[in-house]
Amino acid sequence: MPILLDLFITFFKLGLFTFGGGYAMIPILTDDVLAHGWLVQEEIMNFIAVAESTPGPIAINMATFIGASQGGFFGAVLATLGVVLPSFIIILLIASVIKGLMKFAGVKAFLSGVRPVVVGLILATGIGMMLTVLIGLEQIGEKVAFDWKALVIFAIIAATHIVWKRVKKKAPSPIILILISACLGMIFYGLIP
Amino acid sequence: MQKLKNLLKVFLIFFKIGLFTFGGGYAMIAIIEREICEKKKWIEHEEFLDIVAIAESTPGPLAINSATFVGYKVCGVLGSVFATLGVVLPSFCIIFAISFVFDAFLSLEYVRYAFMGIQACVAFLIVNAGIKMLKHLKPNWLNGVLFSLSAIGLILLDLFAVDFSTIFFILIGGVVGLSVYLAIYIKNRKKTIDNQTQKGDE
Repeated sequence: MPILLDLFITFFKLGLFTFGGGYAMIPILTDDVLAHGWLVQEEIMNFIAVAESTPGPIAINMATFIGASQGGFFGAVLATLGVVLPSFIIILLIASVIKGLMKFAGVKAFLSGVRPVVVGLILATGIGMMLTVLIGLEQIGEKVAFDWKALVIFAIIAATHIVWKRVKKKAPSPIILILISACLGMIFYGLIP
Repeated sequence: MQKLKNLLKVFLIFFKIGLFTFGGGYAMIAIIEREICEKKKWIEHEEFLDIVAIAESTPGPLAINSATFVGYKVCGVLGSVFATLGVVLPSFCIIFAISFVFDAFLSLEYVRYAFMGIQACVAFLIVNAGIKMLKHLKPNWLNGVLFSLSAIGLILLDLFAVDFSTIFFILIGGVVGLSVYLAIYIKNRKKTIDNQTQKGDE
C-alpha cells in the first residue's frame, strides 16, 4: 500500500476507535506503529514526550509527527486529516441528524464495556514501556539488560510526583516532570560513568 | 457578511485554544467554556455540559469533538469546519516544524542522554494515567473482569509478539457491555411478565 494511503487509514482507524481522550490513543497507536515497523518503542516514547510538551491535543501532535516522519508534508497532512475526520463526521451527525444518540441505552451499554478495557490497555502499555526502559525487554526471548540509571530516574520522577501532589494539592504538569527527567538523563547518562 | 465575521471569530478563538493549551483534553475544556459561554455567550452553560458529555463518549480527541460541536452550534457545518481547522492548525504547524529538526537535535550527545531520561518519565506518565483512570472505575465485576483481561491480555500479546489489533480489545469490550445490558434487560422483563401472569392467575 502506498505510504500516504497507509498513514491516512491507520490514523483514521485511530481516530475512530479511541474513546476517552489523549492517553487512550497511545495503546492503539503504539500497537499500530510497531506493527508497521514505522518506529521503535523508544522513538514512540520520544514522540510522546514532544507531543506532551507542545500545545494542542496529543492525538493531533502524534499524527502530525509520525506522518511527517514517514511521508513528509503530505504524510503529516493525511495522518492529521485521518485522525480528525472520524470525530468530525460523528459529531456533525450527532449535532445535526441524530441528536438523541447519546440517550440510547445501547450506546451507554457499549461504552460501559469499552471504558474498563481502555484503562486496561493504557496500564498494559505503560507497563510494557517500563519493561523496555528499565530492562530493555520488548519480547520474550530477547536479551535482558538491566539499566539501573533508568530505574533511579523512574523512582525520582515517581517520588517527585507524589511529594508535589502532597505539598501543592495538585499533580505536577507532565511538562515539569519531562523537564526534570531530561536534566536527570543528562546527569546520569552524561556525567556518571 | 455577519456570517463571515462569525466564521472568522470561531476560527480565531479555536486557533487560540489550540495554540495555548498544553496537555490536551480537560485543560482545553475550561478555556473553551470561558471563551464560548462566558465571553461570547454563543452557547448556554447547560448546553455546553451536554457537549462535553457527548465529546467524552464519542471516539476521537476531546478538543476536536468539542470544536466541531461548538462550531456547528454557532455557524452550522462551515462553522464546524472552521473551528476544527482552527484547533488543529497550531499543533500541525508547530509539530511539523519540530519534525524537521528533531533528528538533528537527537543526534546531539547530551540531547540523546536527556531523552533517555525522558523515556523513563513517559513510562511513568502512562502508568500513572492508567492508575488514575483505574481509580475512577466503579468497582463492579464487569469492570474488574474486562480491565484485568485486557491488561493481562495485552501484556502477554506484546511479550510473545502475537499480532492482534488492540482495536479488537475495544470492540470486544463494547460487545460484552452490550450483551450484559441485554441479558439484564431480558431477565427483568421476564420477571415483570411472570409477575403479571401471576397476578392474572389470582
